[in-house]
Amino acid sequence: MEIEERAGLYIYSDTQLDKEEGERIEALKASSQQPLPDPDRWLDEELRRHILLTSVDAVLNWARRSSLWPVVCFPACCAFEFITTAASRFDISRFGMEIIRGSPRQADLMITAGTLTWKMAPQVRRIYDQMAEPKWVIAMGACAISGGIFASSYSVVPGYSRIIPVDVYVPGCPPRPEALLYGIRLMQDKIAKRSIITED
Amino acid sequence: MVIKTEPFVVNIGPAHPSTHGVFRMRATLDGEVILDIEPVFGYLHRGIEKLAEERTYTQIIPLTDRLDYLASMSNNLAYVLAVEKLAGIAAPERAEYLRVIMAELQRIASHLIGVGAFLNDCGAFMTPILYMIREREKILDLFEMVSGQRLTYNYMRIGGVSHDIPEEFLPALDKFIKGMPGFIDEYDQLLQENEILLARSKGVGILSGEQAINISASGPVLRASGIKWDIRKVDPYSIYDRFEFEMPTGSAGDCYDRYRVRVEEMRQSVRILKQAVEKLPPGEVRSEVSHLVRPPAGEAYGHIESPRGELGFYLVSDNSIAPYRFHVRAPSLLNLTALREMVVGWKVADVLAIFGSIDICMGEVDR
Amino acid sequence: MTVALSGGEIAARLEERFPGSVVESGQDSLLVKSESLRAAAGFLKTAPGLEFDYLTAITGVDYYDYFEVVYQLTSIRHNHSLVVKARCYGRGNPALPSVVSLWQGADFQEREIYDLMGIRFEGHPNLKRIVLWDGFTGYPLRKDYLQW
Repeated sequence: MEIEERAGLYIYSDTQLDKEEGERIEALKASSQQPLPDPDRWLDEELRRHILLTSVDAVLNWARRSSLWPVVCFPACCAFEFITTAASRFDISRFGMEIIRGSPRQADLMITAGTLTWKMAPQVRRIYDQMAEPKWVIAMGACAISGGIFASSYSVVPGYSRIIPVDVYVPGCPPRPEALLYGIRLMQDKIAKRSIITED
Repeated sequence: MVIKTEPFVVNIGPAHPSTHGVFRMRATLDGEVILDIEPVFGYLHRGIEKLAEERTYTQIIPLTDRLDYLASMSNNLAYVLAVEKLAGIAAPERAEYLRVIMAELQRIASHLIGVGAFLNDCGAFMTPILYMIREREKILDLFEMVSGQRLTYNYMRIGGVSHDIPEEFLPALDKFIKGMPGFIDEYDQLLQENEILLARSKGVGILSGEQAINISASGPVLRASGIKWDIRKVDPYSIYDRFEFEMPTGSAGDCYDRYRVRVEEMRQSVRILKQAVEKLPPGEVRSEVSHLVRPPAGEAYGHIESPRGELGFYLVSDNSIAPYRFHVRAPSLLNLTALREMVVGWKVADVLAIFGSIDICMGEVDR
Repeated sequence: MTVALSGGEIAARLEERFPGSVVESGQDSLLVKSESLRAAAGFLKTAPGLEFDYLTAITGVDYYDYFEVVYQLTSIRHNHSLVVKARCYGRGNPALPSVVSLWQGADFQEREIYDLMGIRFEGHPNLKRIVLWDGFTGYPLRKDYLQW
């Protein structure tokens, strides 16, 4: 099969689609030159003295943290440590998280498992925007925290905090499943301290 | 009554709920039948080839781990063999046997995930892959004993391997070798004649022999189409010419044949492991090579048979501590060239089964 | 064992078929002129006794005065291999003929060399950026690429 005779077969080989995608990527890159601040207003001492955690809060927080459903966001190697955390030996189902939702509308936790490149950044931002409130983000691995071993590359975003606000950082390359489970525990503790009066 | 339809373009990916990474396909559909597909990748392009030009030869070894992250030992081995070919260094006997043991264990681990993900896409949601991950954890325990890491080992060095194996390694390896063939037989019994698997994969996504050679396919994809080409047999590297094993080949080149080739390769790997453990000699595991090794000016292409195909590294050196050019010949990238021929004419649900049977790893497609 | 054929013996056969196409030939590799690349590649693919039907890899290297593209060819039937090189001079608009019509495996690899080094391949049906995004300025793998 010579390739010349099939040259007309790319019916919608869209240079138009490619160009639009490129413009979106360049726009996002230009607007993310500084990292976003971490959402941690609840640590503010001033605020804590004025807030009383009611029993409604306690029940809501218990429900939210005991069934966090992660969304599919599996760029690179850390994805396989996440999959083994969810699988036979380190069972993530005991934390209520075994359903990894394909649709971001049904998920409330994004575990970013892998290096982020500028080409992928608008898609991750779109997945994050599509998740319904309340939503949280765990940055897993060195590449998610700061770009990791690839930080000086021309196409790697130095950390997910450039485009989405991150709640918990789990270091490692890749982090062991036990480390990821500890990060999830910290996330659950953070959710336990929220109050519906000051939604962050 | 004839309904007038119009082709439309649908986007599959880059984030989709299967374990194949960030890969995007723009599919032109007429109803449910695929007319044309355009693969788009680059969502994981991290610039490894450019980064390698600023690192010394030893510092590149952790970078190569992250190329095909499901078969890190094979990546390390291919790179180290290429540098040794360039610099004319030989590794001691014990190191060669350890390299073979690690490479074959890695082949079993990678095929477990490859077969498990393929079965996942075919509809056996989660059950086979959970069993395979259970077995893979045993291999990862062995690797952790040796290198301290579960996924990106950084174990091979230029001139040998980095550490010798601890005492508990060989008894654990013997236990694994005894148990593995029984496990392969156990799930093969369940899946070999399974109607759903046969219906979804026999005759689906056919790649003929001449097409496979033309697109430079390698590994199980090439062998399932009937071509007997395995780098371990036709161009033996390291000490593979001392071991007896067979090369499983398919005949039809469809998804089912690719699945069977991988299962049989796991059995052959266990056979090689048994022979290697019997013949393991004592000795040192690393020859005297400086950390800042300066190979003489020239170029070399070193290749191995990784679980996904022929993985090669092309190195150009100008007698300095960092390579002048570092290029990876990635098997997954070339196996993907066939995706269009294999998929056109099938339905949307078959696309993922065919794509899963090629078994790619995005880390090496994009580099 | 795969026999690595030396450039010298193949150069003789190539010269008698296409005189003037070989620039130099050594023990490891064979350098052909960029204009006669497609003809030489076609001959290497079909000539009896050679039959290099499998293209293993294509690499682009940036030596400051010229770009060199290295083709690693293998023959599955005879189990031998050969390294063929072609150069293009000038950094403004380097171009080479494409070998996609002979070996379809060159499709993605040539697009990647165009994307990262800027070498155009004439005759490629779909030469556009593959690993970087449309709108990225510059060619990163060139030696004079400045990132910041």
